[in-house]
Amino acid sequence: MARILLNDLRKTYDGQEVIHGITMDIADGEFVVIVGPSGCGKSTLLRMVAGLEGISSGTIEIGGKVVNALEPRDRNIAMVFQNYALYPHMSVRENMIYGLKIAKMPRAEIEERLMRAAKMLELEPYLDRKPRALSGGQRQRVAMGRALVRDPAAFLLDEPLSNLDAKLRLQMRLQIKEMHLRTGQTTLYVTHDQVEAMTLADRLIVMNAGIADQIGTPLEVYERPATEFVAGFIGSPAMNILTVTVSEGAAILPGNRRLPLPGLPGAGEFRLGMRPEDLRVAESTEGAIPVELRSVERLGADAFGYGLIEGTDVPMTVRLPGNSAAKRGDRLGVLPEDGRLHLFSVATGKRV
Amino acid sequence: MAESPFASRGASRIWAHFWMVLGVILVVFPVYYVFIASTHSTQTILRPPLPLLPGPEGLANYGDALSGGIGQIGGVSLWRLLGNTTLIAVGIAVGKIVISMASAYAIVFFRFPLRMVCFWLIFITLMLPVEVRIQPTYKVMVDLGLIDTYPGLILPLIASATATLLFRQFFMTIPDELLEAARVDGAGPWRFFRDILWPLSLTNVAAIFVIQFIYGWTQYLWPLLVTNSNEMNTIVIALKKMISFADAETPWNLVMVTSVLAILPPILVVVLMQRWFVKGLVETEK
Ligand SMILES: Nc1ncnc2c1ncn2[C@@H]1O[C@H](COP(=O)(O)OP(=O)(O)OP(=O)(O)O)[C@@H](O)[C@H]1O
Ligand SMILES: [Mg+2]
Repeated sequence: MARILLNDLRKTYDGQEVIHGITMDIADGEFVVIVGPSGCGKSTLLRMVAGLEGISSGTIEIGGKVVNALEPRDRNIAMVFQNYALYPHMSVRENMIYGLKIAKMPRAEIEERLMRAAKMLELEPYLDRKPRALSGGQRQRVAMGRALVRDPAAFLLDEPLSNLDAKLRLQMRLQIKEMHLRTGQTTLYVTHDQVEAMTLADRLIVMNAGIADQIGTPLEVYERPATEFVAGFIGSPAMNILTVTVSEGAAILPGNRRLPLPGLPGAGEFRLGMRPEDLRVAESTEGAIPVELRSVERLGADAFGYGLIEGTDVPMTVRLPGNSAAKRGDRLGVLPEDGRLHLFSVATGKRV
Repeated sequence: MAESPFASRGASRIWAHFWMVLGVILVVFPVYYVFIASTHSTQTILRPPLPLLPGPEGLANYGDALSGGIGQIGGVSLWRLLGNTTLIAVGIAVGKIVISMASAYAIVFFRFPLRMVCFWLIFITLMLPVEVRIQPTYKVMVDLGLIDTYPGLILPLIASATATLLFRQFFMTIPDELLEAARVDGAGPWRFFRDILWPLSLTNVAAIFVIQFIYGWTQYLWPLLVTNSNEMNTIVIALKKMISFADAETPWNLVMVTSVLAILPPILVVVLMQRWFVKGLVETEK
């Protein structure tokens, strides 16, 4: 168990910087999820913490010790890889205890840890099988077990569930959560799946092209996205974001419609964000945003209407009640709920 | 056994078997005849027609040859020659595997200055077979006093660019994550090699061992140059020495015995190793 400190961490590949200075204080026992689109540097960041990737500048502290110059094995971490990276010629048992054997742990303790992990992950029946005789989900659990038996200062997981089907993913997600609650180990978890990110994390790092756009609890990130990028990335369906001109307490929408919005700061061009779930359908299109529906997706409890702001090609998504009668071609007037607006600077993308 | 996608019926099946049997006969008959001839006396062999069944001289011929009754090669026993050849073939095969695995390991898994230069240097030696560099190699062996010694027979032949390239190709198919997982587990370079790379390479090692053993077993030019004493000959060289231009001076029965004994060990290696690497193929798939 350990606190992890990242201090202005940077990574440069061939003269090109891909991680642009990340600073974070991860508390002992915290579950931190690194989330972001493909290529934003999530894996690179995790691998720097693991010691598999060199650090171009900045420092990493694990448990009060700067580990920049330490080999992975000396950092007291365990890692779960996306494709599991099980040793194909070793049985499940051998896979799980390989690290302990290298560390010359007494046999009795190895056995005890192995059985404890195998029990927690329900791997007992498979201990003598080779990885190739296991299903994807079982392999995944072996990879988790291999990390678990080491009882490390920190767990590092790089998209551990991305090779599983939806149902298994849910099951494993719950299991990972359960495991974290039981062991209370500091965990860094990389994913590009926002459901995983929101459900697992104590805190999120939302990364965008090598920068940590926002670090905060899932709710903070959802409620008050720090940048337009975060706003668009977190939430499903994605937030509606449009360019508006603010003047005299109203926003001029695309299509030259005035939407009176009290409490807007300043004047000039802004990016206005409204979540589909924060929009309600008004009685008429007067004084509301007129949306012409292109399609309606029914999910049972909810329905989502996808359309364009009338007379423009600016898309809008609206959450509708599950039993809504709305259909393609309908005109709806929608209004944002009070206090559920997000304004971002056009120039910097930062929240205003 | 799974049904072959080319499973054939009736006539075409008979045809297929016909050609296969014909092929087997073509290949096996000369070998069979060598064995038959090794059980007759020289006179019987030289007087047509050739007998097709084993003769009565078998035991005597083999006894003679094995106890050193062949004058043409200085009366050295075939046991000694088989021993020499086995030692050389195993030495060459093992040496090649050790050296080529070590170099492939270095080239694939380590970053050091001039890594690619080293790789290309190894690659270029492919174009320099023993025959091309035989003169300087011979000179070096003379200077080192290795003429008529086992190291002299083995050392010049144990570098193998081919095997290095094969191992390099194989090592490059090992996923990076496996190496990284091992690093996180605390395995250093030596343990990674011993515990992970080596077991995964066994099938390749077996295949290369078979190929290189046979390569070593059938060496002719180099052993001919680097040995003077009959005691240090290999079986292939001895075989050549036994045969003179005049039929009458050639103990054909003993030549046949020697041939049989020269063929057996490679066959044995192929058969044994084949079982081994088929087992390996079944057990370690990635
Ligand atoms: N060895 C490397 N050499 C050069 N550039 C690299 C190297 N590894 C990664 N990069 C670059 O660094 C950036 C971040 O890569 P990284 O693998 O961390 O992305 P990621 O966020 O994990 O993406 P994904 O979700 O697709 O796994 C990418 O632009 C990638 O091209
Ligand atoms: Mg990645």
